[in-house]
Amino acid sequence: MIVAERKPIEEIIGFVQNCKKILIVGCNECVTVCYAGGKKEVGILASALTMAFMKEGKELEIKEVTLERQCDPEYLEELRGFIDEYEAVISLACGAGVQFLAEKYLETPVFPGVNTLFMGVTEERGVWSERCQGCGQCILGQTAGICPISRCAKRLLNGPCGGSTKGKCEINPELDCAWQLIIERLKKLERLDDYETLIPIKDWSTERAGGPRKLVREDLQQ
Amino acid sequence: MRLSYPVSIRIIRLPCTGKVDVIHLMEAFQKGADGVYVAGCLEGECHYLTGNLRAKKRVEYTKKLLDEIGVGGERLEMYNIAASDGPRFAEVAREMHEKIKALGPSPIREALHKKKAA
Amino acid sequence: MNTKTPSRLEKILASGHLAVTSECGPPRGSDGEVITKKAEMIKDYVDAINITDNQTSVTRLCSLAACIRLKLMGLEPILQMVTRDRNRIALQSDILGAASFDIFNILCLSGDHQQFGDCPQGQNVFDIDSIQLIQTVRHMRDEGKFLGGDDIARPPRMFVGAAANPFADPFEIRVRRLAKKVAAGVEFIQTQCIYNLEKFELYMKQAQERGLHEKVSILAGVTPFKSAGMAKYMKNRVPGMDVPDEVVARMSGVPKEKQPEEGINICVESIQRLKEVEGVRGFHIMAIEWEEMVPEIVKRAGLYPRPKVE
Repeated sequence: MIVAERKPIEEIIGFVQNCKKILIVGCNECVTVCYAGGKKEVGILASALTMAFMKEGKELEIKEVTLERQCDPEYLEELRGFIDEYEAVISLACGAGVQFLAEKYLETPVFPGVNTLFMGVTEERGVWSERCQGCGQCILGQTAGICPISRCAKRLLNGPCGGSTKGKCEINPELDCAWQLIIERLKKLERLDDYETLIPIKDWSTERAGGPRKLVREDLQQ
Repeated sequence: MRLSYPVSIRIIRLPCTGKVDVIHLMEAFQKGADGVYVAGCLEGECHYLTGNLRAKKRVEYTKKLLDEIGVGGERLEMYNIAASDGPRFAEVAREMHEKIKALGPSPIREALHKKKAA
Repeated sequence: MNTKTPSRLEKILASGHLAVTSECGPPRGSDGEVITKKAEMIKDYVDAINITDNQTSVTRLCSLAACIRLKLMGLEPILQMVTRDRNRIALQSDILGAASFDIFNILCLSGDHQQFGDCPQGQNVFDIDSIQLIQTVRHMRDEGKFLGGDDIARPPRMFVGAAANPFADPFEIRVRRLAKKVAAGVEFIQTQCIYNLEKFELYMKQAQERGLHEKVSILAGVTPFKSAGMAKYMKNRVPGMDVPDEVVARMSGVPKEKQPEEGINICVESIQRLKEVEGVRGFHIMAIEWEEMVPEIVKRAGLYPRPKVE
């Protein structure tokens, strides 16, 4: 899922410091799973902002709403009936959701309440780590299910580099060396000879480098 | 045991401190509490095994949040007291009372007062 | 003599001599004289000189400019090129830039992560990795074409090298990695500096078993310790470095004033021992900020004078 983290309260206060009536919109999907922007977090943020304003002798009226998702138009429509009553919206969705909300409601200032970090997995409760960079040409079949683009700090396709130490990356002793993981997995699968296959130069045009991406499925369009 | 403890303490009973969530602690302060403490079983003796450990972590998180908004994380504490330990219960109550008294009223309580007066 | 390029280094290796290379680190400024002075100190004692490329991600005068300066002095440069900072367009472009000055040697590297350097907040590129860079140079040289497929007018003629670190983890994969680089087309290797001679001998044995030592010229890297402090630092703080306790003990065992001398002794002894290892075709002396000792090391190791080749 998309992993995000709440922005510092001070920064969020800065966005709405001159407002008297705001809407906080959460999302029931990814940000709920990583405890950054679900219904609970909306409630906590609302309480924190209310108290921060009270301390300054200011009033802040807050409506709390949590949508199923903010990346699909039908859920964002649910706000149409009342969004105009609010001076600003803090969206706790990932960057995609915040932008989509802003696109649907061009007249209302929208602020992000979280910093969107990466596409990743829940290693254990409270620990999430990156797994995918959306390169558009998945090579996981060749690398025993471990992605060198998202998990190698140098995205080497023919790693490891000379800085790999005791299975950890040179930049952080807590970060696994992706190529060490790949090698171990290849060993388990009895495919270590595959390591010597040269992986060719990558076509990055389907990645961010090629420009903002779009996927169209004509068979599904109305 | 009929031990006495300060009247400033308002008790909210739960089946386990594991039921305490961040929002409950925040709302207590929002409603004007000058201090809040969570009293759970001794570590290792939680009836539901890890409820008190979760409470401890949530208290820590909320303390930081209270610092961030300027209310003060020192107004919130976690204690571990055995259910049968009446004397310790009273002692903690007194300790917390003295601590909060020294800190003075919470800025939220003061704001609520001002609003009421206006 | 069977050489593919006019590279002096290639010729020396092809004629069966032990080659000697060393390196110069460019300055953190625009004074090219720094390179000139360093090169003057070592030029008669080495066959070719590496110029490092923003090593450890610390911004320095670029390798290409320094290599051109060496070439204009009549010396033999080895252009070190990392893929951390440049995309494939810039890499091919710089290769042509070097070739336009008849620089005939290149060392293909990935590069240390920018976190270690003076711009940890910068982007990194890694459009291609070191092995793909080896393939690229060979392609430009042997096919005479750009990666995009167009013909190159006056293709580069470069002797292609890469680094090898027998001491990084996992050890079991290091020879396989060497095999990969050989399959990609590498022609010479400079290893990370060697202190654990036993481990290196084991690595070379594995390489020999696969016949790799005949497909690529391996130059053993050595670096003299200036002090016991340096030995400890390299042991504990440099990733991919293997410094055995006995070596550190040997440095610590002599008084401070004698440590530089002991460091040179260890270096020379290592070279003598490494000469006996089958497959070692030369030495790469990395006397970091101590270039003035290169002449002594080369002489005492019995590698002076350097052979003259056509």
